[in-house]
Amino acid sequence: MVNLRTRIGDLILKNPIMPASGTFSEELADVIDIGQLGAHVTKTITEEKREGNPTPRICEVNGSILNSIGIPSKGVEHFIKHTIPFYNQYDVPLVTSISAHTSDDFARLCNKVTVPGVAAIEVNISCPNIDDDGKAFAMRPSATKTVVQKVRSSSDLPLWVKLSPNTGETVEVALVAEDAGADALVVSNTMLAMSIDITSRKPRLGNLMGGLSGPSLKPIALRMAYQCAKSVRIPVIGCGGISTVYDVIEYLIAGVKAVQIGTATFVHPSTMINILSDLEDYLREQNIRNLNDIIGTVQDANTIDAVVFMETAP
Amino acid sequence: MSIQTADNVKRNDQPARSVFQVEAIIKRNSPINKEYHLLNVDAPQSILRCKPGQFFHILCPARAAHQPYLRRPMSIFGYSLEKGELQFLYKVTGNGTRALTYLKKNDVVNLLGPLGIPFTIKPNWVNLLILARGVGLATLAPLAQEANRLERNLITICSARNSDVLMSDNHFRKLGAEVITVTDTEGTSKMENVRHIIEDRICGDGIDAMYTCGSNRMLQLLQGIGTKYAIPGQVALEQQMACGLGMCQCCVRSFYCGKKIVQKRVCRDGPVFGLQEAMAW
Repeated sequence: MVNLRTRIGDLILKNPIMPASGTFSEELADVIDIGQLGAHVTKTITEEKREGNPTPRICEVNGSILNSIGIPSKGVEHFIKHTIPFYNQYDVPLVTSISAHTSDDFARLCNKVTVPGVAAIEVNISCPNIDDDGKAFAMRPSATKTVVQKVRSSSDLPLWVKLSPNTGETVEVALVAEDAGADALVVSNTMLAMSIDITSRKPRLGNLMGGLSGPSLKPIALRMAYQCAKSVRIPVIGCGGISTVYDVIEYLIAGVKAVQIGTATFVHPSTMINILSDLEDYLREQNIRNLNDIIGTVQDANTIDAVVFMETAP
Repeated sequence: MSIQTADNVKRNDQPARSVFQVEAIIKRNSPINKEYHLLNVDAPQSILRCKPGQFFHILCPARAAHQPYLRRPMSIFGYSLEKGELQFLYKVTGNGTRALTYLKKNDVVNLLGPLGIPFTIKPNWVNLLILARGVGLATLAPLAQEANRLERNLITICSARNSDVLMSDNHFRKLGAEVITVTDTEGTSKMENVRHIIEDRICGDGIDAMYTCGSNRMLQLLQGIGTKYAIPGQVALEQQMACGLGMCQCCVRSFYCGKKIVQKRVCRDGPVFGLQEAMAW
C-alpha cells in the first residue's frame, strides 16, 4: 500500500490529485466518482452575478488550447446556497476560487466565502487590478502584497494564492505572497497568448487574446513551480499542462506537494481518476512507499543558485 | 471506470453516473455523397439509452496532417438498442471531421455520452412537423424514429441546395414520415414557399408541434408561425464546444428569458431549446 497523503499547510489531502479551477464543476460527477479526488477546486466566483466574454471562447492551438471564458459567475449567494451543499456530499476538502477587481472587493468576497463547508480559498489574482493600471495583481510583487494582506485579514481559512506566468518576477511575487500570509501557492494560471485565422484574418477568440493551457504550457509552469518551491517555505501546488502520470511525477520531483489537472479533463473526463491509479502503480513499481519521498528530489545540487533562478535564457 | 467505495462518501445521494466514455468498434465509416460521411459503430448498451436530440463527444484521432486536440460534438443520426448500433452523419469541415474520415471498419473510436437535453414529444402532440436543411436533418432523424415509435403523424420538409445532397428524404420516408422536398435549384426552398406549405397544413389537419435544426432562416420562419398560430416547438442548436459536459462555459449562446437575455450552455442546457427562447444568429 502506497501512502499518497500530502499536507498543504493545515490541510491533509488523501492524495495529491485535484482539478484546476475553471475545468471542473458538478457535472463531472456524471462521468467519474469525484469522491476519489484529493480536493475539489471550484470555478472562480465573483461576488456579483457576471456574464463572461464573447464567443468564440476557446480555440485549439497545436495540442493545446487558448481560452478567454471571462469568469462567468452566478455570484456568491448562489455559490453558498447551491454549490457548497453539492460538494459537501463528498468527504473531500472544498477549495473555493475567488476573484475581484480591487483588493477591498477581494477581501469582502473572501470573508463571505469563509463559511462552514469551505476548507480553503484559492485566490485567483490573475485578473485585472482596476485600482492600479488594469494589469493583473499577480504580475507585480507590490499589487500581490496588497491583495494577499487584505484577504489574509478577512479570513481564517487557508489561503492558496494562484500565480500567473505573465510576470517577469516569479520569485519576487512568490516571496511577497508568502510573506503576506499565503498558506500555499498554486503555480500557475494560463499564459496570455493569441491565435489568428489566416483565412478570415480574424483573431480566433472573441476577446482577441486568451490564456494558453494544455501540454505546451507545461515546461513554463514547471519552471515556475520549481523556482517557487526553491524560494518559499509554504507548499507549492503545481498546475499547467498535466495530462499523464509522468507529468505529475515531474512536478513532484520539481518540489510540489500536489497538482491540479485541468485542460486534459476536457479531452478525457476520467484523466484525474486514471492518473490517480497510475500514480499509485508508478510509486509501487519504483518501490516508493510514501509520496513525500519523491517530492523535491530534483538532482540540482551541483547547479549554482544564479542558474536556478535565472529568468532569462540562455 | 471508477468504483465508489463507502469510505469516500458521506451520504448515498450522490448523482448517478449517466455519461460514459467508451471505445466503440466501427462497423462502417464511409462517404454517402460528396459532402457527408456515415459513421456506424457497435455500441455498448450503456450508451444506447440515448434520446433524440442528444449528442456524443467524439475523440477524432490525430494524424500527421490533422491534429485535433479537443473532442468534436456530433448529434446522433440513428440508434438501436436491439442492434447495439449507433450512427452519426457528418460533414467534413475541418481538422476534427477530416481526421475522423481516416477511421476504418474494425478501428476503435472513443465516444463520450450520451450528452445534452433531448427533444420532447408531449402526449397531446399528435401532428408533428420537422423542417430542416443539410446536416440539420441528421439531428432530427432520431426524432422521426421516436415519432414513429409513438405512432404520431409526421410531416418532414427536407431542404437542400440540390437533389444530389438531399440524402435524408428516403431515410425519413422509411421512418414513416410524409416527406416534402424543397431545393434551391428548383426554386422551391424559398421561405415564402415553405411558409405556404406549412400554413396549408395548419389549415388542414393542423400541426401540434414544430421542430427544426441548422438554419437561421428556418428558425425565424417557425418562430413567426409559432407565434401567429400559437404552436409550440423546439430547435436544436450548435456551438463550438470544449468539454461537452457543461464545465468550461465555452459553448454559450444568448437566449430570451422573459424580457431578459441570458447566456446558456448549448451542451448542458441544450442542445434542444424552446423555439421562442432561441435567438436567431
